[in-house]
Amino acid sequence: MTETVRAWRHIPQRYNLIGSKCLQCGKVFFPKRILCPECRRKGKLEEINLSGKGKILTYSVIETPTDEFKDIAPYVVAIVELEEGAKVTTQIVDYDIEKIEIGKEVEMVFRKIREAGDDGVISYGFKFRIKD
Amino acid sequence: MRDVAIIGVSQTKFGELWDKSFRDMITEAGMGAIQDANIEGAELEAMYVGNMSAGLFVQQEHIAALIADHAGLTPIPCARIEAACASGGLALRNGIMAVASGYHDIVISAGVEKMTDVVDPTPMIASASDQEWEAKQGVTFPSLYAMMARRHMYEYGTTREQLATFSVINHANASKNPRAQFPMEITVEQVLNSTMVADPLRLLDCSPVSDGAAAVILCPAEDARKYTDTPIYVKASAQASGTIALHDRKSLTTIDATVNAARTAYNMAKMEPKDIGAVEVHDCFSINGLLAVEDLGFVEKGKGGVAIEEGMTQIDGEIPVNPSGGLKARGHPLGATGIAQTAEIVWQLRGEAGKRQIDGLEIGMTHNIGGTGGTAAVHIFSL
Ligand SMILES: [Zn+2]
Repeated sequence: MTETVRAWRHIPQRYNLIGSKCLQCGKVFFPKRILCPECRRKGKLEEINLSGKGKILTYSVIETPTDEFKDIAPYVVAIVELEEGAKVTTQIVDYDIEKIEIGKEVEMVFRKIREAGDDGVISYGFKFRIKD
Repeated sequence: MRDVAIIGVSQTKFGELWDKSFRDMITEAGMGAIQDANIEGAELEAMYVGNMSAGLFVQQEHIAALIADHAGLTPIPCARIEAACASGGLALRNGIMAVASGYHDIVISAGVEKMTDVVDPTPMIASASDQEWEAKQGVTFPSLYAMMARRHMYEYGTTREQLATFSVINHANASKNPRAQFPMEITVEQVLNSTMVADPLRLLDCSPVSDGAAAVILCPAEDARKYTDTPIYVKASAQASGTIALHDRKSLTTIDATVNAARTAYNMAKMEPKDIGAVEVHDCFSINGLLAVEDLGFVEKGKGGVAIEEGMTQIDGEIPVNPSGGLKARGHPLGATGIAQTAEIVWQLRGEAGKRQIDGLEIGMTHNIGGTGGTAAVHIFSL
């Protein structure tokens, strides 16, 4: 039950890529934070809708997955730098392996992340694909 | 503050120790260290135990009391310290601070992990990363280090062979370490042909799943010669934090926590990298060993691969790295690692390291990382 609440709590962020922007220093964070680690009490954070566009900073092809993700292996994970400056860890989908490289432009897509676990909830959220 | 010395060390053999329980291993390591220090258990005033995840691995929390009980140390205070794979390094640091402050005189710092009682330890290991925004996205712990490796290759031209060489050197050293989990030599070809885990990292780039424990006994430096003719002195004990998630780092090829902890340690000891004669680094993956060689200041950023390839880190090289065999080949029972690294440096400084002995070592260092660099502990020791 608590796992259900935990998944529910992050639905807006996972579905819509909502982060925080510090009005003091301009830094953008994803996931949302309630304190800017640079400015601390002097900072002021407000919600920001991230565009979901960015580029690949690095990636890996997972051939030995955990049980939870074994049905989709091998699969590609990456760290993507969004155009607003925040960085996210994500799966890359719909890929042609030849086209995946550092620097490639990517965009967010909405996908199923995991099958139902013990909590009975299928989780959805963001993944990214190579931009045409 | 008082100076602190190490007067006793011990490490169980590391490996898949099916016949030994969590409590057996830590008791064995503790008894070994007490015997090595020539003290009575009753002389101990406090205990710190590094352990990452007994709750997930053996469904046991409140392990500090359990250990004090089974080691016959009640009623002394005992505390468990957790910082993922750096738990051992932090247990050491807490013991050092307790003695340095004058709060306690004789203290035992230990570490233990029982990883093979679960079928699949990977979810436990993944909990050292950001569970919500890394693990739940589908990354595995090896894939986080694989992404650092790929970026290092991209920025500095580091090669697969250079990374493989780090594992090869570890195994060569472990082949002379009777306490190592994998005391056998391997070749670069074997690394490059081993099972792909998370491209570009393969099975022989990865430290194994291990059971084991280790312990050290600390006392005020001024009292150390009452117990031993070869006290080892703590010259620096430093710790730094970094972001929990890899994606929040300024750079994906530098572990800031290592850089910061190393800077503090060098300042404390009034030393530079060239003063260090040997180092035990946290090579949970070959790439982390390479990053440590750079981030601890032994070579410039980006030059780690070439340094390893040219033999700088071999046991007879300019800066011997992981004479024990490292996490890769000695084994990596998470919470025990920081203490086992310390034991190795103590044996090396005392001249008790057998066939893997480094000649004339005077100053040694340990480097212990939690997660992908959320925590780093760096210690410097001398004769
Ligand atoms: Zn700010």
